[in-house]
Amino acid sequence: MFATFYWNTWLAASLLALAAGSLGFFVILRRNAFAAHALPLAAFPGGALATFLGISPLLGLAGFALLGVLFLRLFSRQGRRDVAIGLLLSSFLALGGLLLSLGREYAARVYGLLFGEAWAIPAQSLQPLAVLCVLLLLLLLWQFRPLLLQSSSPALASAAAIPMDRMDWFFLLLLAIVCAAAVPLVGTLLVFTLLVSPAAAAQRLLARPLAAWLLSMLLAEILVWSALALSYWSNWPLGFFIGTLGAGLFLSSRRW
Amino acid sequence: MPPVPPPSLPILQVAGVSVRIEAKAILTDIHFAVASGQVCALIGENGAGKTTLLRSILGVQSLQSGTIQILGQPATRQLHRLGYVPQKISFDPDLPLRTRDLVDLGIPRPFWRWRPPDPHAVAEAIHAVDGEGFANQRVGRLSGGQQQRAVIAHALARKPKLLLLDEPLANLDFASANHLVQLLGRLAKEQGISIVVTAHDMNPLLPILDQLVYLVGGRAATGSVAEVVRTEVLTKLYGYPVEVLQHHGRLLVLPENPRQGLEIPCYAHDHD
Repeated sequence: MFATFYWNTWLAASLLALAAGSLGFFVILRRNAFAAHALPLAAFPGGALATFLGISPLLGLAGFALLGVLFLRLFSRQGRRDVAIGLLLSSFLALGGLLLSLGREYAARVYGLLFGEAWAIPAQSLQPLAVLCVLLLLLLLWQFRPLLLQSSSPALASAAAIPMDRMDWFFLLLLAIVCAAAVPLVGTLLVFTLLVSPAAAAQRLLARPLAAWLLSMLLAEILVWSALALSYWSNWPLGFFIGTLGAGLFLSSRRW
Repeated sequence: MPPVPPPSLPILQVAGVSVRIEAKAILTDIHFAVASGQVCALIGENGAGKTTLLRSILGVQSLQSGTIQILGQPATRQLHRLGYVPQKISFDPDLPLRTRDLVDLGIPRPFWRWRPPDPHAVAEAIHAVDGEGFANQRVGRLSGGQQQRAVIAHALARKPKLLLLDEPLANLDFASANHLVQLLGRLAKEQGISIVVTAHDMNPLLPILDQLVYLVGGRAATGSVAEVVRTEVLTKLYGYPVEVLQHHGRLLVLPENPRQGLEIPCYAHDHD
């Protein structure tokens, strides 16, 4: 699987696993798994629109994921976050459906948006992915302690004058960017697994925050590497292995 | 009732504080001061204004009138000298955070410093709450009383002058509550930390109380227990006759005649 032809996919998947594993740690801490499910789907119409207009899908995906964050913050202020997320999910999916119906001939590409096109990662997408990954890790290291406290106990964080809203924005914007970057590789439906399963398993296995954070990234790497290998050998889609191995990882960490 | 003049510069000074929320008076003209190493309880029923008063001291509730100062400055400027233990603390059982990690997070520092400037600060805070036994356990898997102590250690880690606790005795069994009261008394006496604690029931706190702010409908009687928990003082505060009963060092405040007590009107304006 390390033949030059697959090198791009392997590198992209490894970078993405690092990003998803590190940010996923905070998704679990903040009990924001539902948002991690909704934001990639919010990005989906952006991808569909970009395909329709013939521009870079990454632009469309990132644009709509950020729009999703804006939507989420505005509607959360009106009331419950879970309701806001549900509405985000369905309304953006509806929009995606509309865009899909406008450009029927691109259905195959849209299928790629939903389930990913891991084996068709172009070399030029690696550099932005690497930059994004390094930037994300630096930002998370910068805010690690305040974000950890605020995610663990909002009440204690506000007593320490850690601004609640600013932290939420910070987290959601990072989540939107990671989701947009992950969609071309694993598709909107499976980003969730990468974000949630390694992080939840790591938190179950290790009690120290920093160690659990690092383990979350390592488990994400192991997950994508095994999925890539199995997909390569079996010729079955990558998404299938990511989805099932991710669920298996989570379950086996519970049984540990 | 005028505040008791503190022996030295007060750690906390609350003067003439009134708070209105949507035209409803929540607190009316509250005065008290807490000196270094004193324990002060805010006592009252639900809706009496305890939480609003605590939020005012924390600086998150805006005042309609009056001032609150911590060491002579507004609370928002003194957050680093203030430890706060919120009422409902619950951590997820799988939260990857041990007691010592939670305590460590109580010490604010720039991101490039992974270790606290004072290497003993965490151990000292854990020792102060008698928490060595669960220092390496996840906070989400501790008992209610242990979680409470872990959060107090978190608040102590930044070496505050003033510790605020919101209903720390609620949800604790008798033994844990007693243990916590002794712990608070020790922090005040040995480390000179001023403590403000809210509670429904003053009795568990009586052994360590220096001062009482007894709240009824947003008005307060303040002073020592002996000064405040008296039939005439509380009758005036409640606006109807109440009786203070003592039994084996415990205090009970009861309407003098339950039937009359429920029919407030004829005594309601006595204090005006």
